[in-house]
Amino acid sequence: MRDNRVVHHQVSEQVGENIDFVKLEGIAREIRRHVIRMTAAAGSGHPGGSLSVVELLVAFYFSVLRHNPSDPLWPDRDRLILSKGHGCPALYAALAEAGYLDREILTTLRKLGSPLQGHPDKRFLPVLEASTGSLGQGLSIGIGMALAARLDRLAYRTYVILGDGEIDEGQVWEAAAYASFHKLQNLVAVVDYNKYQLDGPVKQILDMEPILDKWRAFGWDAIEIDGHDLRQIVPALRREPEGRPRAIVAHTIKGKGVSFMENNNEFHGKAPTKDEAERALRELA
Amino acid sequence: MAREYPMGLATREAYGQTLVKLGHEDPNVVVLDADLSKSTQTHMFGKEFPERFFNAGICEANMVSMASGLALCGKTPFVSSFSVFLIDKSFDQLRMCVAYPGTNVKVVVSHGGISVGEDGPSQQAIEDIALACSLPGFIVNVPADEVATRALVRRAYERRGPVFMRVGRPKAPIIYAASEQFELGKGKRVEVGDDLTIITCGGLLIESLRARDQIEKEFGLRASVVDMHTIKPLDGDLIVAEAQRTGAVLVVEEALADGALSSAVARCLAERLPTLAAFVTLPDTYAESGTPAQLYDKYGLSARGIAAAARKLLDRKATAK
Repeated sequence: MRDNRVVHHQVSEQVGENIDFVKLEGIAREIRRHVIRMTAAAGSGHPGGSLSVVELLVAFYFSVLRHNPSDPLWPDRDRLILSKGHGCPALYAALAEAGYLDREILTTLRKLGSPLQGHPDKRFLPVLEASTGSLGQGLSIGIGMALAARLDRLAYRTYVILGDGEIDEGQVWEAAAYASFHKLQNLVAVVDYNKYQLDGPVKQILDMEPILDKWRAFGWDAIEIDGHDLRQIVPALRREPEGRPRAIVAHTIKGKGVSFMENNNEFHGKAPTKDEAERALRELA
Repeated sequence: MAREYPMGLATREAYGQTLVKLGHEDPNVVVLDADLSKSTQTHMFGKEFPERFFNAGICEANMVSMASGLALCGKTPFVSSFSVFLIDKSFDQLRMCVAYPGTNVKVVVSHGGISVGEDGPSQQAIEDIALACSLPGFIVNVPADEVATRALVRRAYERRGPVFMRVGRPKAPIIYAASEQFELGKGKRVEVGDDLTIITCGGLLIESLRARDQIEKEFGLRASVVDMHTIKPLDGDLIVAEAQRTGAVLVVEEALADGALSSAVARCLAERLPTLAAFVTLPDTYAESGTPAQLYDKYGLSARGIAAAARKLLDRKATAK
């Protein structure tokens, strides 16, 4: 059904079947540079969990989602919800690179009156699919969207990016049970498995392993990938539905791309200083 | 002259019937329930429109967030469960997915207050109205009978944005003529008197009307009775007009004293027209099992308790003069 429709989205025109991975990697680097500049300018924010989710967002906005920045509310667009709302600096940067936002406003992040609120806020930025920030709710919102697609006989798919700490929340598993019971094959959950939550390594706070087995036990088609390898991410996200929802556990590195931020949980919720930002930008040049 | 009120449907039954009507009129109306559809009466909609009825199982949090996703795609979801399970368990979801983004979700709960009866305090929502009033942008309604419920469910449907409505479990006497019109945020003066104004809502409207008869019979004094079916936004003009005329306001509600109708009326009067007032509310505790009538009586909400509170207030009014 998807393939027979008139395609009216920008992505296929941009990338088509010959995916230019080198170009995508360049966009990822640019988004990382935005994240550093944005959080440094704000003096707060969550750089660690923003940097871990960059390749996933690049894959979505530049190769997977059927969307159209000049018609952002197109009813049959694919939906993407960043349920781990604290990763929004990377989301805003990806939206800017995809043509939804003016790059100039990125450094207004977290400032009074900015559309780029500290966590995604649909009131200030209507192109967002949902307001998030209280963990555990995005997958349920996504189910509502997937059910609406089924009712309206629309072909769009709904994708939800969850944090690995976020899946501690019981609501995620209420949603997991519901989605598979109702065979929502138009729903995909992606876990940004960067191995850390706020208070420390997930292994020490609340280890949810075996994560793949949990999704499978809840009736999902579950696969794992390297969440920084676009050659793995794009085909995984594009895979045709197979009668049930799909969970993609993406192994990532918190703070990815900046040597002194990688696996350094200090940068979960702390912005780089001016010096640190300069060092980071040199590494990302 | 005491009016007679014929017994009617429970307000939850009127809700269930109205949902079916709305379902026929608008294909975008969808209904979600959390395994209590036989109690909340949403099962009628489920039977008529199985593809638009989503039983979440006993997963209230997931249900509320799902409803917001449906609303974000143009649907008009009604979510229902027992009040205590919906608003107490899913308060963060109501905040995060409904109030904060202002999604078009209607939250209609049954089994509010202590009139749930025999099931006891674990099922009796006494915090719900205060919680609902604390959510920015929410309209909060407590209809008194089947006529009011039918009309207010429609008004809720017509409004774009969040609405919370508490409907009741027991059969409710019919107070209004079938043709009565209702507007969100506009209270109704059901009886007129010059000595005292009783402001109430929901199942206590009938108790207040009976209390009015007792006061008239025993003391020859006349009370106005106002059905404040919309607690938020409050009809301040009606309250001030009444307070001006009677000089004494008695608020009667099936909720805790803080954060619901009593607080709202007190704030309104303090700001606009300081007036002698008293409050008949649930005491600061959890109740117990019993029949609704027994519970109303024991916890001071029956006509007898209301009349006693009215008498005290009238004494204060006489002394103040």
